Amino acid sequence: MQIIKPDTKIDFVGKRKIAVIISAVLILVGLASLIVKGGPNYGIDFAGGTLVQVLFEEGTDAASIKDSLSDLELGSMSVQLFGDNDNEFLIRVENSSGELKGLSNDIRDALSAQYGPEQVDIRRVEMVGPQVGKDLRSKGIKAIFYAMLGILVYISWRFEFRFAIGAIIALIHDVTITLGAFSLFGKELDLPIIAAFLAIIGYSLNDTIIVYDRIRENVAKYNKESFSFIVNRSINDTLSRTLLTSGTTLLVVLSLFIFGGGVIHNFAFAMLVGVLIGTYSSIFVASPILIFWEQRKASKLVAQPE
Amino acid sequence: MSKSIKIRGGLVLLCLILALFSLAPTFTQNLPDWWLNSVDPIHRGLDLQGGMHLVLAVDVDKAVESRVDTLIDQTEAMLREKDTVYKRIERRQGDRLVVIVYDEEAGAQVDSLMAETYPSLEQATLPAVGGFIEKHFRLSDVEIENTRDYAVRQALETMRNRVDEFGVSEPTLQRQSGNRILIQLPGVEDPDRAISLIGKTARLEFKMVVEDANLQDAVAGKLEPGTRLLYEHNVNRSTGAVTENPIVVYDKTALTGDLLADANVRIDTRFNEPYVAIDFNAVGAKRFDQITAANVGKRMAIVLDDTVYSAPVIRERIAGGSAQISGSFTSQEATDLAIVLRAGSLPAPVSIMENRTVGPSLGHDSISKGVKSVIIGGFLVIIAMVIYYQLSGVVAVIALVLNLLFISALLALLGATLTLPGIAGIVLTVGMAVDANVLIFERIREELRLGKAPKLALDVGYSKAFLTIIDANLTTLLAALVLFQFGTGPVKGFAVTLSIGIIASLFTAIFVSRVVFNLFMDSRAVKRLSI
Repeated sequence: MQIIKPDTKIDFVGKRKIAVIISAVLILVGLASLIVKGGPNYGIDFAGGTLVQVLFEEGTDAASIKDSLSDLELGSMSVQLFGDNDNEFLIRVENSSGELKGLSNDIRDALSAQYGPEQVDIRRVEMVGPQVGKDLRSKGIKAIFYAMLGILVYISWRFEFRFAIGAIIALIHDVTITLGAFSLFGKELDLPIIAAFLAIIGYSLNDTIIVYDRIRENVAKYNKESFSFIVNRSINDTLSRTLLTSGTTLLVVLSLFIFGGGVIHNFAFAMLVGVLIGTYSSIFVASPILIFWEQRKASKLVAQPE
Repeated sequence: MSKSIKIRGGLVLLCLILALFSLAPTFTQNLPDWWLNSVDPIHRGLDLQGGMHLVLAVDVDKAVESRVDTLIDQTEAMLREKDTVYKRIERRQGDRLVVIVYDEEAGAQVDSLMAETYPSLEQATLPAVGGFIEKHFRLSDVEIENTRDYAVRQALETMRNRVDEFGVSEPTLQRQSGNRILIQLPGVEDPDRAISLIGKTARLEFKMVVEDANLQDAVAGKLEPGTRLLYEHNVNRSTGAVTENPIVVYDKTALTGDLLADANVRIDTRFNEPYVAIDFNAVGAKRFDQITAANVGKRMAIVLDDTVYSAPVIRERIAGGSAQISGSFTSQEATDLAIVLRAGSLPAPVSIMENRTVGPSLGHDSISKGVKSVIIGGFLVIIAMVIYYQLSGVVAVIALVLNLLFISALLALLGATLTLPGIAGIVLTVGMAVDANVLIFERIREELRLGKAPKLALDVGYSKAFLTIIDANLTTLLAALVLFQFGTGPVKGFAVTLSIGIIASLFTAIFVSRVVFNLFMDSRAVKRLSI
């Protein structure tokens, strides 16, 4: 079976101006959401705080849970339904306490008093102190930075410097849009999401390199053609592979998103957005940047003849 | 069949047997001992098997303070012994010992005595209000650093003893950077109890009660110098109501828990209530003997972490070196108290920096959901590959299944820990593993379209795709390695499976799939490739 016919010649490069607009809109919407909401929605890993996942024997609702915790004066608190049933909830409190008898104890005692001790099963407690949160945040940013640096060096070595710049811009593009999507959908940024971001970086890069590799090969093959023709040709050559691989990866990520359970849900969401954007960017961002670079160089040569 | 194929086929078979061998203990314990001893089952992370991940910070400044306090006690004793007149000794700014004297002569005496006994202290003289002279002695930076470091090491040691007594299988206790201690307790059933057991300072002190103190003044904050207000914690036996009674004690500690030899739970037959019986060591017993002899008829407060448990009247001299701590305990509280007293007190209080606790039921849920998504995702990929590439798709599927097998086997062999994000890493690898095969197959199709014979197309396809695959996978591996370096807990788990997955998929997609092709095609003359 074939989805893409062997001699497909879609003019991707010609549509790069439209792509610039689409990318700009996606990035701006994300950034606007980030600015309106005052930065990313950090989960407790990065902001510090306490998270308690409670399974109730019988169904209840967020309002009555909040009610039974109101005496504790926990500060800013959110209660969210977890999973598909109405008996499991995530309680998140902004405060954290270094005390041995922490907030989670108080929460459990208050819930037990309200619902009865047998009704309440504390399935997960996460408490991250503000200092640890700050440490993790700086570590996370460093991780993404070093990953990009390593990639820059590797691609410069294996290809050329401009390829590396193209790849990095595409990666920044992908991460920014995914971050924007997280903000837009009100999802929390947690430690596993940093893992997802690095996986997206890895994945998108994988895609980009395969097109680049073909460009490198085609430059030798069609040495009489213009660079933009070669780029377009290469994107078309690899299109069938790009779509199929994205397709299979999306299948598994989708299965993770649907069946993986609540704990992994946001991770899968990040991957879902990231794989889609990563595929788009390797066709419409990473490769056209090479052409922009080439044209700029050419215009410079015309403007300043030496 | 050519020799090269036999060798390569043999290699794949060998890997397969090794993989099955190392995976067997994960699925069944019903194996001979030598087998179980040679490979462990795959380690499950705390998020999958349930358990507790704690990062505790030792309050090292408190350790420095108590070091200075000890110095103050010793200095007081020394000055008194040498008949040196001084007004007061106190601790200031945490790391400073200050002796206030009336005149130059006494000051010089203090200076020379201190310089002789504690040469490492840094000395300074300051005039004080009212014509007094302050002699400052400060711990050197090296000594402060050593005290802090020692506090963390000792805390770690004590916690290890306590955890051992608590009985958790395969606990991890590690010192992290600075004053932090990481503790992992897999499968712990009562997390709250574990925390209070590990983190309790358990500083046991015996202090004499100030009998003529004015409690109203004390509660209002007016205290005589050298005394301190504490609260006695009382539980009403019938109602369970808790009351706190103020009680004023002398600052000076008569005796501490450091001199304990043993602590055990006993039952008080009168109220059928547990108490903790403690036995002092020889030094402690002697001191206890002296103190009780000198204070018959007075009350002695038994203070644990600044809470008075009881303040019994000393009726007579106690020579045997045993005492009891009673305080309306439940039997578990008494057991835990005995454990922490036996293991020793922490050199300084600790606070919780990070706590992640997952109940076993949630861990179980996560595994079943994770496995389910791997199976469904894998199945969808298999269908897609077979539809798209027909028989060649089947080859890719064989490579994929072997890939999953090898990843799991490597996890077991390397003793790596499988976490929930780790499962996500495997799912992702499944998606990306087929990519290598897709690249190869697309190349083969291109070569076939150019009119090459199937066998040649296969060879050219593999060799042309090879570098692309290496480049693409190495960069992803790069990201995974950064992740591993950065990794804490769950993220590390993801990095581990992703790295292992990339390596395994390179092997299966490039090497194994080729062997399968060769096995089919070498034996017959293939005219058409099903791709």
